[in-house]
Amino acid sequence: MADELTWKDAKVGNIITEAGNASFRQTGDWRTERPVLDKETCIKCGLCWIHCPDAAIKPGEDGYYEADLYYCKGCGICASICPVGAITMIEEEEK
Amino acid sequence: MSRRVALEAAHAVAEAARMADVDVIAAYPITPQTHIPERLAEMVADGELSAAYIPVESEHSAMSACLGAAAVGARTYTATAGQGLELMHEVLYAASSMRYPIVMAVCNRALSAPLSIWGDHSDAMATRDTSWIQIFCQNSQQAFDMTLWAFRVGEDPNVLFPVMVHFDGFHLTHVTEPVVLPEQEEVDRFLPKLDYPFALDPHKPMTHGAFGIPDVYSEAKVAQEIALRKSKSVILQGFQEFGDIFGRHYYPVEPYKTEGAQTLLLTMGSFGETAQIAVDTKQSKGESVGLLNLRLWRPFPFQELREAVKNAQKLIVFDRCISFGGPGGPVCSEVRSALYNERERPTVVSFVGALGGREMSPQDFEYVIDRGREIAEKGSEELFETVGIRGEVTGIRG
Repeated sequence: MADELTWKDAKVGNIITEAGNASFRQTGDWRTERPVLDKETCIKCGLCWIHCPDAAIKPGEDGYYEADLYYCKGCGICASICPVGAITMIEEEEK
Repeated sequence: MSRRVALEAAHAVAEAARMADVDVIAAYPITPQTHIPERLAEMVADGELSAAYIPVESEHSAMSACLGAAAVGARTYTATAGQGLELMHEVLYAASSMRYPIVMAVCNRALSAPLSIWGDHSDAMATRDTSWIQIFCQNSQQAFDMTLWAFRVGEDPNVLFPVMVHFDGFHLTHVTEPVVLPEQEEVDRFLPKLDYPFALDPHKPMTHGAFGIPDVYSEAKVAQEIALRKSKSVILQGFQEFGDIFGRHYYPVEPYKTEGAQTLLLTMGSFGETAQIAVDTKQSKGESVGLLNLRLWRPFPFQELREAVKNAQKLIVFDRCISFGGPGGPVCSEVRSALYNERERPTVVSFVGALGGREMSPQDFEYVIDRGREIAEKGSEELFETVGIRGEVTGIRG
């Protein structure tokens, strides 16, 4: 996306006038491990959503909280905070 | 009716900030700037000025607090000098790159070591490339005028850059001279209320100061450079409007008795008024000498400078700063660069003097003119000349 922008597109002071648009940028490819949710274990408490440092976990209509893998950098905080062990970090190479 | 009152430059700029109705002042006292925050704090305490005065623990914090104030759209003012300006250094870049129209008085002071509280331009020169608009003053009236002008220009929606108003420590800050103070109505006519278009607002969240990854940083910096240079038109417009309302006219490069002069001396700041006396003396003896005052330092007035020197054969540039290990006085380096590709240009001679509060008399400037003319005619192996240094040093070789 940014590759096509010229200096003429640069905003005054590089101010970003829309809120919460960082997730439009793909940072998922920085990941070495990804979070995988076991819905049968999950109690929908939302602690993973609260603790995610960068809003990569989003609430779904079905009440579960799932990672946006386009944006999630795979830090693993959600897995370590989950009180019932419903989130597992697995190597990107693993299917 | 305007009033003619006796003020030192420090109190004159505090009065300008009051008449500009600043919203926030964040400053840390440092000699020779102290009288500015002192006076402003007094005005706020006495209810003469409705503003938030933020006492801070350092200049780094002062400029950081100014950033925060400017980000919510407050008219923001600060002042510093010498080491204080150095301590602000990294935040200066943030202020200009985030395009906050902060106005700052810089009471030019030498840099340590040896410790010196006295004046020269070393502090200003170290901030040359920070992307602030920078202007120099010769007297208290100009310090007052340029402070109002700085808000007008920096806050213009087509500019949005911070502005440094430079004036010499002690020689101006602590010298009382007559200053014409305008009516509030005139100031209000010249200076509209600040309407900063990107003010932080909880109801309209946005991001100031995001990081720039390699594929956007270069474009961001080029856009900034182009915007700073484009501010020139508003700078000129600001001078024009100021002259129309207050009757005092300013220009990026200001001539003094230059008509037909074969030799020109160029100075920046208050020493230009001393140099005027030397030029008067020289002209009374029939010598062909004139004087240029470089008022606008950033963005550098290339076109005006070329125009001002095009008929001169010799140009002597007087700097109050050493560019250690460099090509000459920093102002002279820029003047030379501005002229280098011109087909016809005067021979340029660099002088450095008046460091750390050392006086320059009119006779010293006569020496600079005589010696500069001699070098321009005969040539020299020196990169630049010094003036008033004991120990038989006249110049420095590369």
